[in-house]
Amino acid sequence: MKVISSGIGELIQPPDLNAFREWNHTQKSKSLIDKRMTESEAISKFLQDGQYIGIELYGTVRAPMSLTREIIRQGYKNLSCAGQGVYESELLAAANAIKKLDWTYIGFEVYGLSNSARRAVESGYVEKVVEWSNAALSWRFKAAAMGVPFLPTRVMLGTDTYKFSAAKVVECPFTGDKLCLLPALILDVGFIHVHRADKYGNCQIDGISGFSAEMARASKRLIISAEEIVDEELIRSQPDRTIIPYYLVDAVVEAPFGSHPGEMTGLYERDEEHIRNYAKDSKDIEQTRQYLDQWIYDVKNHNEYLELVGEQRLSEIRIGGNRE
Amino acid sequence: MNKSDYNPNELLICIASRLMEDNATCFIGTGIPMLAAALAQKMHAPNLISIFEFGGIGAQLEKLPLAVGDMRTFNKGLMAAGICDIMEAGQCGFVDYGFLGGAQIDIYGNLNSTVIGDDHDNPKVRLPGSGGGNDVGSTCWKTIIIMQHGVRRFIPKIDFITTPGYLSGPGAREEAGLPPNTGPYRVVTNLGTLGFDENSKRMKLLALNPGITVEEVIENTGFELIIPDKIDNNPAPSMPELKILREDVDKDRFYI
Repeated sequence: MKVISSGIGELIQPPDLNAFREWNHTQKSKSLIDKRMTESEAISKFLQDGQYIGIELYGTVRAPMSLTREIIRQGYKNLSCAGQGVYESELLAAANAIKKLDWTYIGFEVYGLSNSARRAVESGYVEKVVEWSNAALSWRFKAAAMGVPFLPTRVMLGTDTYKFSAAKVVECPFTGDKLCLLPALILDVGFIHVHRADKYGNCQIDGISGFSAEMARASKRLIISAEEIVDEELIRSQPDRTIIPYYLVDAVVEAPFGSHPGEMTGLYERDEEHIRNYAKDSKDIEQTRQYLDQWIYDVKNHNEYLELVGEQRLSEIRIGGNRE
Repeated sequence: MNKSDYNPNELLICIASRLMEDNATCFIGTGIPMLAAALAQKMHAPNLISIFEFGGIGAQLEKLPLAVGDMRTFNKGLMAAGICDIMEAGQCGFVDYGFLGGAQIDIYGNLNSTVIGDDHDNPKVRLPGSGGGNDVGSTCWKTIIIMQHGVRRFIPKIDFITTPGYLSGPGAREEAGLPPNTGPYRVVTNLGTLGFDENSKRMKLLALNPGITVEEVIENTGFELIIPDKIDNNPAPSMPELKILREDVDKDRFYI
């Protein structure tokens, strides 16, 4: 296959598919064992400083926010990250946790730019930004999930998004067309929030599935937070709903309202007031720091965080709850 | 209606909405495209199939989505899928229209939403990035861009091509390997509607918004626009459009 050109971005996490197979063979238990633990245990056990992480879905929608807050609470500083994010990427940037980014979108949707990510990049604190599209990052996970080193695609071609990526343009050996090859992306640690999981890590999600199926299969370690830990029987009664099987999972953390202030399909809506206030506060570096103190560093764990949010607020956002 | 009877956002939403065809598949991005799609479903296009990048297909847009992955993007929908299903449908040619925004646009409809400044590694302003923009602009058949008009946005050379328009001109998309017969179709702005010349692929003025002159469009465009002999006039938002927009689509006034 003829390589026509290469993007100039750094390949932050070069894929080694044979090592990945070996890892999955020797380091991932196929036994049905109880993987329940606290968020503090899960993260200190499986995440090391300097590793490459990914978070699914994104900050205002089914994101593992309680796990994200715990990463920040434990003070990780030199992470690389797949940046498809809103609130969670913003907080990681605010806490100076990220040094390198494979970036597709980090922003605040209707509220505009991500102020902390912007500051972290413009100041040079984030040392490396490599560009991709949304499809590209998801297909990079898909390649890893398929166990192949790259996927040929028809996006990013002809643009600066390609030029500043680590993709390659090749001539298709079958058609002669130009294709954009995306390298597989294998995460050191992935974080996914789901509606329900059993203690072994079999996971089910309601509503859109984002890139959970692909990212789960592209993670060497996978930490799951779940709104509810359910009996194995419930999973077995509807196995067609299982999107992440237990053997991909290393830790299961129970986290009701784990996506707060983001939403969870069928369970609760986004906490618009909280998000709007943060979007405003994050314009100022001192107020951003105060936010991190109040909502992360000064609370011990997710339970204390929920106490701080308050039962009244939680019942207001709960679907079918006390909302007027 | 008089110009003073509606605001600029309402005008943009109504004009974008009229471009959305019934029974067409449309990639919908954050903001004005969401309102335009909801309005179109309630006016002329009840079977407009909205497609949201994180998996929502064919929602009935009863409540305004605030995020491209939120639960309103598949409310009473036909399918709640994942991002790969959606992007692969686009790559296979199933998506008719894509609606996009951007910070900067050039004469060939290339869009920048990545960085301001000419040094990617030391940007003056770091913008949100491609997201699904590049994918939509690469794979759907017709891209419709919605932007505020101005000389700092409509510029001869944008700082970064995030999303492909016609790149450097006729044949450039195909030469780069992008699917044939795709590309930008319309640019909807607060001043009027623009299209692209069939041969040169350069941007041209198609229609003026109420009260806007050709001179105003030229003054607010940083490159030379093609000005054809015949230019249409975009009708002002109608009473039914405004009523639905204000009392139903965005009754909490999130955008308008």
